[in-house]
Amino acid sequence: MKVVYCDALVVGGGLAGLRASIACRQVGLDVIVLSLVPVRRSHSAAAQGGMQASLGNAKMSEGDNEDLHFLDTVKGSDWGCDQQVARMFVTTAPKAIRELANWGVPWTRIKKGDRPAVINGEHVTITEREDRHGYILSRDFGGTKKWRTCFTADATGHTMLYAVANEALHHKVKIEDRKEMIALIHHGGKCYGAVVRDLITGEIVGYVSKGTLLATGGYGRVYKHTTNAVICDGVGIATALETGVAKLGNMEAVQFHPTALVPSGILMTEGCRGDGGILRDKFGRRFMPAYEPEKKELASRDVVSRRILEHIKRGYGANSPYGDHVWLDIAILGRAHVEKNLRDVHEIAETFAGVDAADDSLETEENLKGMPTDEPDFGPGAPKQKGWVPIKPMQHYSMGGLRTDYKGHSHLKGLFCAGEAACWDLHGFNRLGGNSVSEAVVAGMIIGDYFAAYCKSAELDISTHIVEQFIQKSHEHIQELLHNDGKENVYEIRERMREIMDEKVGVFREGHTLEAAVNELEELYKRSKHIHVKNKKTHNNPELEDAYRTQKMLKIALCIAKGALDRTESRGAHTRLDHPKRDDANWLNRTLASWPDPNQTLPTLEYEPLDIMKMELSPDFRGYGAKGNFIPHPLKEQRDAEIKEITERIQAQGGDRYDLQEALMPFDLQPKYKARNVRLDDQRQGE
Amino acid sequence: MGRQITIRALKFDPQSAVSKPHFKDYQLEEIPSMTLFIALGMIREQLDPDLSFDFVCRAGICGSCAMMINGRPRLACKTLTSSFSENVITLMPMPSFPLIKDLSVNTGEWFAGMNARVESWAHHKKEVDITKPEERVDPDEAQSVFELDRCIECGCCIAACGTKLMRENFIGAAGMNRAMRFLIDSHDERSDDDFYELVGDDDGVFGCMSLIGCHDTCPKQIPLQGTLAQLRNKMVKVGKAR
Ligand SMILES: Cc1cc2nc3c(=O)[nH]c(=O)nc-3n(C[C@H](O)[C@H](O)[C@H](O)COP(=O)(O)OP(=O)(O)OC[C@H]3O[C@@H](n4cnc5c(N)ncnc54)[C@H](O)[C@@H]3O)c2cc1C
Ligand code: SF4
Ligand code: SF4
Ligand code: FES
Repeated sequence: MKVVYCDALVVGGGLAGLRASIACRQVGLDVIVLSLVPVRRSHSAAAQGGMQASLGNAKMSEGDNEDLHFLDTVKGSDWGCDQQVARMFVTTAPKAIRELANWGVPWTRIKKGDRPAVINGEHVTITEREDRHGYILSRDFGGTKKWRTCFTADATGHTMLYAVANEALHHKVKIEDRKEMIALIHHGGKCYGAVVRDLITGEIVGYVSKGTLLATGGYGRVYKHTTNAVICDGVGIATALETGVAKLGNMEAVQFHPTALVPSGILMTEGCRGDGGILRDKFGRRFMPAYEPEKKELASRDVVSRRILEHIKRGYGANSPYGDHVWLDIAILGRAHVEKNLRDVHEIAETFAGVDAADDSLETEENLKGMPTDEPDFGPGAPKQKGWVPIKPMQHYSMGGLRTDYKGHSHLKGLFCAGEAACWDLHGFNRLGGNSVSEAVVAGMIIGDYFAAYCKSAELDISTHIVEQFIQKSHEHIQELLHNDGKENVYEIRERMREIMDEKVGVFREGHTLEAAVNELEELYKRSKHIHVKNKKTHNNPELEDAYRTQKMLKIALCIAKGALDRTESRGAHTRLDHPKRDDANWLNRTLASWPDPNQTLPTLEYEPLDIMKMELSPDFRGYGAKGNFIPHPLKEQRDAEIKEITERIQAQGGDRYDLQEALMPFDLQPKYKARNVRLDDQRQGE
Repeated sequence: MGRQITIRALKFDPQSAVSKPHFKDYQLEEIPSMTLFIALGMIREQLDPDLSFDFVCRAGICGSCAMMINGRPRLACKTLTSSFSENVITLMPMPSFPLIKDLSVNTGEWFAGMNARVESWAHHKKEVDITKPEERVDPDEAQSVFELDRCIECGCCIAACGTKLMRENFIGAAGMNRAMRFLIDSHDERSDDDFYELVGDDDGVFGCMSLIGCHDTCPKQIPLQGTLAQLRNKMVKVGKAR
């Protein structure tokens, strides 16, 4: 049996894993990064829009700082996030972006003078001060008070990932790709590495390490319609769940993006609406202003997704062989704008839907037939133009994941987690656009350091006998899959799972359908034990891989569905039609899912309270729908009074925003990351 | 009903003692907006679970899925079956990379070597304080670095390169592009001389025959022609001065 030893094992080579591996090298650890694919192909490469960091450089970002970023993030999370983690994050994000700049990310920079922009559908001119020339520029994104999203044209994730991968090469990180973690090695509540399968040769090897960090990304592929890459199947965190010790947090918190291309699910970036693009129904009516008069198309992602589906439910979606959808109209911005500023979007619509998104010429007036005349709220109808792009909400992001403390440490000692795979818990029940690649890098820095410190001090007190047992067990599992006499087809099971998730655990949820989903998924999970693999080879066998992955994916699907069934409130992206209010009195907590007994067919759920008395911002109205649509926590008034008292005291003492923050909610962070961020305006004042 | 198409794929498992390279035909009914990602997925699920190929993003972003499609290196996920009028589409793995199986080749290994060879990271000796505002960069410089940084390491330019077929260690357009990317980036303090050490030989710029097969195949439309010429000029200057 082959066993490889190292100080630190990092599973996953996206932004989070690679950045954490650099942190390990910085203190001289022997680190190995494993990845299903060459690391530069990780899903992080797909992020287009950008990375949030409160630099406050540009005209439209003036006055931005950590406090505003914090406020947006907590509100966005619908008060479901860990506020101390949010503080750690917003404090480190500006440093992360500056580090990336030094590593060569070609961030789009500010040009002095006038620049055209579209705000609220209006063409305006923004003038940049001369002394800002050459600093990092940022753009507008949903749910943020300032223009805070830094970017490299429309390929932000790609340039970030390449920079971090380059730096990992510089630091001599050992990277092994086409290697899949299939089990974790653990004993006495402590993790000692992983059992790993070589995806080319099929060889199964034990990787023994002092500490293990998972950065395996999201789990969107348990849904049929998703913007996620095909490798985002959640198998990484499912493997952690299988230890029986580690727990998954808030798995029911799944983000749906309003504008995914039909049918492929490829993302049409939020930038389309940020730049002034609008949504239309089958009659060509702009319907968002009727539902969200204030923010219209630029309401938060969960809100826009719900509105689109509500509208389709009323019968106003356009029909297609792939189901009903609405239209995204960016032709309204003019061809010049589309071809220059939305180049990738234009190309994607062309390739994957055969639509020239800049074409505003008439296609047909047929679509106006049967339009109700008594609904002036939805605006005037319009004949169908050629450039309208078919879109509908699809799964996009996983707020839930492997539950960790603020240091990134899971319930299983020695097992850490960072990035989208983790429920650290920065995003609560809804993540803001641009906060995710930012989290991946920032978590790679902060958690990477805590993880490295752990690995430095930990000992490899495990016997080879136990390691061999784990390797042997994985061997047997593969052999069992290849040679059992089952009759089930893996692709049928996987497809049905994905349909159930779409149909019953989607944007809108309801008790009885969720219950049906849980029952059906449980049934599928039992059937998955009898998958028959036709291809008997042990190496390079995609069917075999799909078989063991599907078994794990079903566990993830069950955690999501069961979590959603039991959470009888609506918070962020989790919308229960039968429980429309956010219920802080009963649900200001985090769902934890575990699988203590391998023979269980359903996860065990428990709840971890969020301590309102430690919050810097007490739970409040988020700004969408009917005001006061939440049931307050019994301690809210008490905390509000405390916050008021502390604020007045600090102000009377002449304290600044840092003093106030520290008094309201002290938080732990490595001093180098907690150091104050200097901004251009601070420097000007200093001069 | 859509038209009937045939996907003709090369099958070969180099790890098997009995496997021999051969073509296998798969019949499918074409559906609207069908890409090769969709077609190959259907083949694996319905016709042949043993067929190997690589997709990750399925959106033309990650560079995983390059293969020879009717003789030309292209990204399979971005290729519509309807873009071919003939009913048979022939798929082969890209040459110049180690074959893993069927349509899957090991581009990762090759690119890792290329990255090591051009020392693909920003070289500088400054101690940078990340709590302070970043260094200024001219917006136009950032834009030109970005243009070259867009390479997704798909390998199409390598597969299309005659020189690479003859010279095992030729660094290819992707390698030269990467060197140029750092050469024009002010965060990298390396001089033309330093780059000459890395790419100033027959396995680098002086092996390139400038026939520009690479430029025409790059799915990201990276301006390889100009980039290669510029790099070559710089290297020639250094060479002459030596
Ligand atoms: C289309 C799209 C656009 C997006 N745009 C934005 C944006 O503009 N801004 C933003 O902030 N966020 C965006 N996001 C979200 C963001 O891209 C991701 O959340 C983030 O990149 C995740 O990074 P990561 O490092 O956690 O994981 P990933 O980049 O997903 O990396 C996961 C890694 O784990 C490896 N892995 C997985 N399982 C195993 C296993 N079992 N064994 C070994 N290795 C394994 C994979 O090979 C991979 O290397 C977008 C997401 C999508 C889908
Ligand atoms: S110009 Fe020709 S020889 Fe040079 S890299 Fe391109 S394809 Fe190869
Ligand atoms: S230069 Fe173009 S063709 Fe070559 S690897 Fe990069 S993206 Fe692919
Ligand atoms: S699968 Fe990513 S480019 Fe084709």
